[in-house]
Amino acid sequence: MSANLRVKSSEYIDETHRVSFKFNGKTYYGFKGDTLASALLANDVHLVGRSFKYHRPRGIMTAGSEEPNAIVQVNDKTNRTEPNVRATEVEIYEGLEASSQNCWPNVNFDIGGINNLISPFLPAGFYYKTFMWPASFWEKYEFFIRHSAGLGKSPSEKDPDIYDHRNIHCDVLVVGAGISGILAAKNAAKNNFKTLLIDEKNELGGATIYQNKEFNKIDNQSSSDWIKKEINGLKNISNLEIKTRTSVAAYHGYNYLLARENLTDHLEKKYKNNKVRQRLLKIRAKKVILATGALERPLIFNNNDRPGIMLSTAVKKYADFFGVKCGEKNVFFTNNDSAYESALCLYNKGIKVDAIIDIRNNSNSKIVKAIEQVGIQIYWSHTVVDTNGYRRLNNISIMKLSNDGMTVTGDRINISCDCLGVAGGWTPAVHLFTQSGGKLKFDEDNNVFLPNKYPSDQISVGSCNGKFNLKEIINELSIKLKEFLKISQTDFDNIAIESEEETSKRNIWLLPSDKAIGKTKPFVDYQNDATAKDIKLALREGFRSIEHVKRYTTTGMGTDQGKLGNMHALGIIADTAGVKMGELGTTTFRPPYTPLTFGTIVGRNVGEFFDIFRRTAMNDWHIEKKAKFENVGQWKRSWYYPINGETMHQAVQRESKAARESAGILDASTLGKIDIQGSDASEFLNRVYTNAWSKLAIGKCRYGLMLNEDGMVYDDGVTTRLGENHYLMTTTTGGAANVLGKLEDYLQTEWPELDVYLTSVTDHYATASVCGPNSKKILKKIIPDLDLSDENFPHMSFKEAKINNIKCRVMRISFTGEHSYEINIQASFGKALWEKCIEAGKEYNITPYGTESMHLLRAEKGFIIVGQDTDGTMTPVDLQMDWIVSKKKYDFIGKRSLYRSDTMREDRKQLVGLLTDDPNIILEEGAQIVSELNQNPIQMLGHITSSYFSPNLNKSIALAVVKGGKDMMGKKLFIPMEDKIISVTVANPVFFDEENKRLNA
Amino acid sequence: MFVINCPYCGERDQQEFKAGGEAHIERPKQPTELSDDEWAEYLFMRKNIKGVQFERWNHAHGCRKWFNMVRDTSNDEIKLVYKMGEKPPLE
Amino acid sequence: MKNKYSVFSLIKNAFSYHENWEKAWKDPTPKKEYDAVIVGGGGHGLATAYYLAKKHDMKNIAVVEKGWIGGGNTGRNTTIIRSNYLWDASAGLYDHALKIWEGLSQELNYNVMFSQRGVMNLAHNLQDVRDLKRRTHANRLNGIDAVYLNTDEVKKFCPIINTSPDIRYPVLGGTLQRRAGTARHDAVAWGYARGADEMGVDIIQNCEVIGIKRNGDAVEGIETTRGFIKTKKIGVVAAGHSSVIANMAGLRLPLESKPLQALVSEPVKPIIDTVVMSNAVHAYVSQSDKGELVIGAGTDDYVSYTQKGSHQIVEGTLNAILELYPIFSRMRMLRQWGGIVDICPDASPILSKTSIKGLYFNCGWGTGGFKATPGSGDLFAHTIANDEPHKLNAAFNLNRFVSGDLVDEHGAAAVAH
Repeated sequence: MSANLRVKSSEYIDETHRVSFKFNGKTYYGFKGDTLASALLANDVHLVGRSFKYHRPRGIMTAGSEEPNAIVQVNDKTNRTEPNVRATEVEIYEGLEASSQNCWPNVNFDIGGINNLISPFLPAGFYYKTFMWPASFWEKYEFFIRHSAGLGKSPSEKDPDIYDHRNIHCDVLVVGAGISGILAAKNAAKNNFKTLLIDEKNELGGATIYQNKEFNKIDNQSSSDWIKKEINGLKNISNLEIKTRTSVAAYHGYNYLLARENLTDHLEKKYKNNKVRQRLLKIRAKKVILATGALERPLIFNNNDRPGIMLSTAVKKYADFFGVKCGEKNVFFTNNDSAYESALCLYNKGIKVDAIIDIRNNSNSKIVKAIEQVGIQIYWSHTVVDTNGYRRLNNISIMKLSNDGMTVTGDRINISCDCLGVAGGWTPAVHLFTQSGGKLKFDEDNNVFLPNKYPSDQISVGSCNGKFNLKEIINELSIKLKEFLKISQTDFDNIAIESEEETSKRNIWLLPSDKAIGKTKPFVDYQNDATAKDIKLALREGFRSIEHVKRYTTTGMGTDQGKLGNMHALGIIADTAGVKMGELGTTTFRPPYTPLTFGTIVGRNVGEFFDIFRRTAMNDWHIEKKAKFENVGQWKRSWYYPINGETMHQAVQRESKAARESAGILDASTLGKIDIQGSDASEFLNRVYTNAWSKLAIGKCRYGLMLNEDGMVYDDGVTTRLGENHYLMTTTTGGAANVLGKLEDYLQTEWPELDVYLTSVTDHYATASVCGPNSKKILKKIIPDLDLSDENFPHMSFKEAKINNIKCRVMRISFTGEHSYEINIQASFGKALWEKCIEAGKEYNITPYGTESMHLLRAEKGFIIVGQDTDGTMTPVDLQMDWIVSKKKYDFIGKRSLYRSDTMREDRKQLVGLLTDDPNIILEEGAQIVSELNQNPIQMLGHITSSYFSPNLNKSIALAVVKGGKDMMGKKLFIPMEDKIISVTVANPVFFDEENKRLNA
Repeated sequence: MFVINCPYCGERDQQEFKAGGEAHIERPKQPTELSDDEWAEYLFMRKNIKGVQFERWNHAHGCRKWFNMVRDTSNDEIKLVYKMGEKPPLE
Repeated sequence: MKNKYSVFSLIKNAFSYHENWEKAWKDPTPKKEYDAVIVGGGGHGLATAYYLAKKHDMKNIAVVEKGWIGGGNTGRNTTIIRSNYLWDASAGLYDHALKIWEGLSQELNYNVMFSQRGVMNLAHNLQDVRDLKRRTHANRLNGIDAVYLNTDEVKKFCPIINTSPDIRYPVLGGTLQRRAGTARHDAVAWGYARGADEMGVDIIQNCEVIGIKRNGDAVEGIETTRGFIKTKKIGVVAAGHSSVIANMAGLRLPLESKPLQALVSEPVKPIIDTVVMSNAVHAYVSQSDKGELVIGAGTDDYVSYTQKGSHQIVEGTLNAILELYPIFSRMRMLRQWGGIVDICPDASPILSKTSIKGLYFNCGWGTGGFKATPGSGDLFAHTIANDEPHKLNAAFNLNRFVSGDLVDEHGAAAVAH
């Protein structure tokens, strides 16, 4: 079988380097430089895949990233598999395996092909009209729909590759390295602009490098030879960076572009390992030159989708660039001159061209004359009305077009052929331009949308700007470049150029057939199987907007995003609805231009780099002691310290008991710490906390509650007055950054008259909190010269001290209700301090405890945790903390909101304690509370916010918020669980040591 | 992603900034004097303009300064930035 | 009476090459006067018109849409439908909607492909666990099917989630609402439009409202790009543009309009058969019937009407997606887009009368309005027809911003997505 269809050696293919690869399990050979598509064509494989809806056999249509049909799964069943890869973009390498998608059991015989037979019953939008009966069956229908949809298969293993990001700032970014891009980049760089030139292919030069040598000349040389010299010259320009195999995916506002650089996809497996596979370039360019070229259009005619039907320039590129003939019997079908250039190229390479079918009446172009001279038959004003061949094209039928192009006349002429090159004109690639916010205008003469208004500092040049012949392109480029870059000249200002100008034009969006349209299949979107009749149906059903038609028919929604067919869809809508295309507008071109790998977008930000870890200075000690950790914001906090195989419950019970019976130690370093200085510091605190601060003596600490302007509790913590104009505020662990941000906001924007300076010192200090009846003795051992008497160092006060000459701040404050000290020391000494405390506390069995025990101990005391016992809907009054709301202060953040009708309601949810009737039942945090069980609907009064088994009280305790709870002391309530009902009694939330005797014990 | 010209640091990527909503909503000096309706106006009601809007931004991952910006919300074009406390431009 | 859609009508029409299908809705010129005009032809607006005609016998009404129907957030969202909200008011509202969803295809004779594949919400820290349990308990007592799952159960229900305890924010559990799922967004707009049209509602596209005419404290009509339309009742359902319309009537709303982005991957064979949402790391994913992974990203923090957001938002979302689903690393983004979401301070919607007689607003749905479409339309129609809210939307009035009686759904972790 595998006939060798190589025609002539090509400089881009290394015939000395044979590459073996597998397609659908069979081994084939290609050469280095081949794409999967060119290698398959060289092996006479045209049938590559099956379409989405009808499972029709499909082949290779294009030679580029716009390919809708030839999409394959690569390296299936490996951890490097990838679905929906365009065969036209895959560079083959030794060991590559590819397989057809969307077919079963195989691409040659696909059961799903039955859809093609029942296609009359599956018009656009058929699923909206059926599968509704019986209602309960939708799930079953949907199962089949889902399994027959989808194309390739998702990988199922972890990706072995790594990805990367790079930020690039440049003066000029040039997208596209065809002749316009190359000349633009060269001239920008030579004029001292830091320039970046990007092209999606692995070669520079675009289509010019295989342009017809006879009719396209620059400086009296063929354009292809001339551009090759220019490309060589680029290497020596110092401030020009060139990226090939790089596709610009998105063009955002402010000239911010994203490009994907492909680094290893074309390499053998052994060269892929441990290398960056793809890199996302995040480019901020001062100026952008879009030279993205144009895409050749197909023609829309009956059965225009068979394997063997290709774009004319693709046929040419395979022959000229890859040295592959796509068929033995080639025919072209065109509405413009480009098919003639393709035909001539084939002829010159000794490939047989049987005929050219041209819908135009004539053309006087030199290239047409050249074709006539070599004796290739031209059928003027004819159109293809049908094609045959299931797995490969074998013949076409043509007929004469009427003058208005709406119908066909005369007899069918059948032409046997196995490759039909279709040339429908050119669509400028304006995708990036419109993504950037650019507005298009419609050029009626050429039936193209062109850039009109530039939203940022950018220009479009070359064929993406509607210039299609060499002379026009270069002349326009020279003018535009000088203006855009503000340079006086380019190095190609007066260069001699010869090129062909197209003289005759005729455009028919939907070519007629001798069959009624209802009986034809003229595909507009090949991948999604949307036909012209689907578009007409949508219009008939009242869908008028282009977006509606697109969504109803799925035109343009495949993996190619309609790069080939969208213009025809617009044209058919315009023709059918009788409106002008310019008025119709286009659908929005959305990023990315070609699909962009998730891994590339993510780069290194996976696994341990997903988010930063914040760890305290004592972290190594906790790890050594096999602490379990809890994520609190970005912090890793010790949760509990199990010993001897304890469960969490056992560990927490032991820790909590020890803290009250003798001594406990907590790593409190994560609490937010804000240093506040300035002559108005007291006034500032007056305004941000609910309570008064002016009278707090130096060296004293006070608990403060901070509200949002809506009156709801926002954060809390103890603030210490270090000096006349100096405070140290602590915040919750999770709230630290937000509190600082909020305080800065008020300070800078509302109260700029206040002389206050805020500095976050959270990371500068490590904090060990030593509590329990023996805490004083332990502290005495660490800081022997500090007078720890209640007179000198009472509860809620602060002392400066030194431990081995290291300054530290000691606060006598307590979150457990025990006699307790918080020692703050420069973070680098944190671990040493901790170890010193542990050492000193050994004789008192000092017990490290984690956040869970901390939560338990404070709950015994009824202390709230903001974020656990509050949820953004609790006022201080709701928390029964009226005592902390100053009645005297004229204003503080959130005060006004406390006096609204709803916030003053008596029956708001209020914080209470709950005791279970059975003291061994521990309530579930989050469980709901009711007073009546026989209601419908049942009325929920509130929920459990905190719940523990207290080892010190030997019973379970809970904090809860309950509607009107303040007045329910002693009342029986119920917790309706899924499987049982738990009765509870409302209690004082302070369960332990209500008189606070232990603080001074 | 915008480029924002911080009045203190110069041009920086938008990623360094946080938006702070509508500008020139002064916190009432005497909140207790306000009716519930007036307080709600201050707290919650916003112009939310489609077009040229005055707004607050903070160079959160930079100098941490708040400043004002005039931006067209219909196309995200930044017209002007100016420091807090400076008078807003008339148009 | 319109032709009924069914497999039989498809077969019948196949024999005439589908040449005889009638218009799903007409394209009328605006009349001089209507009994009520709905501003905004998205799902909510069309549903409002549909229920006004169907349940309140108001047939002389119009929906005016500045672009094409269903072209705003209706056609741009990730189509997640669920009702497992925390607060009673929200649960009532969203479950009302969910119940209508369950029979909507049959009611409209239009397959909206409501697919009850379940929605799972994941917990990544201990407070998440508490919050999700709280919500599950509340849901259960409100008659909403929601269960709490431990990590193993999460893994069992969706095996491709990375539930390793060693990831940065491990999955500690989750909730599952089985009745929840997704629907085909375009079909919802089209189905309601077809149904409303059949009952005589004028659906007027390419008709932008440029002014609201008032006489004292009452509305008199709207100025549009297609002329003045007289009406005594105006229901504004303009999502991101609500403040713009409010401004025409001299009102200010507690809204900010911000960009919200979403993206889809290329289509693949079924790989994830449910909807998984994670607020803590911000990753929402489901798979459409077409095979695309549908991924919701977050909102930017600034006001914008551009329907474009910042790249770092998309990047952040995909970071989280790959953290939870490492197998998707080689999948590729096919398309990304943005919408404009109108966000209330309490992340709950407004379905309310205003201080101006005859002017009603349905807005503030933020990032999660799609799921409420049928319920929102039904309740808003009730509010417009009776000039009084239904008990299910009474809590979602404008006065709550004055009294302080907010329905704070983001304080309650159930961030509305």
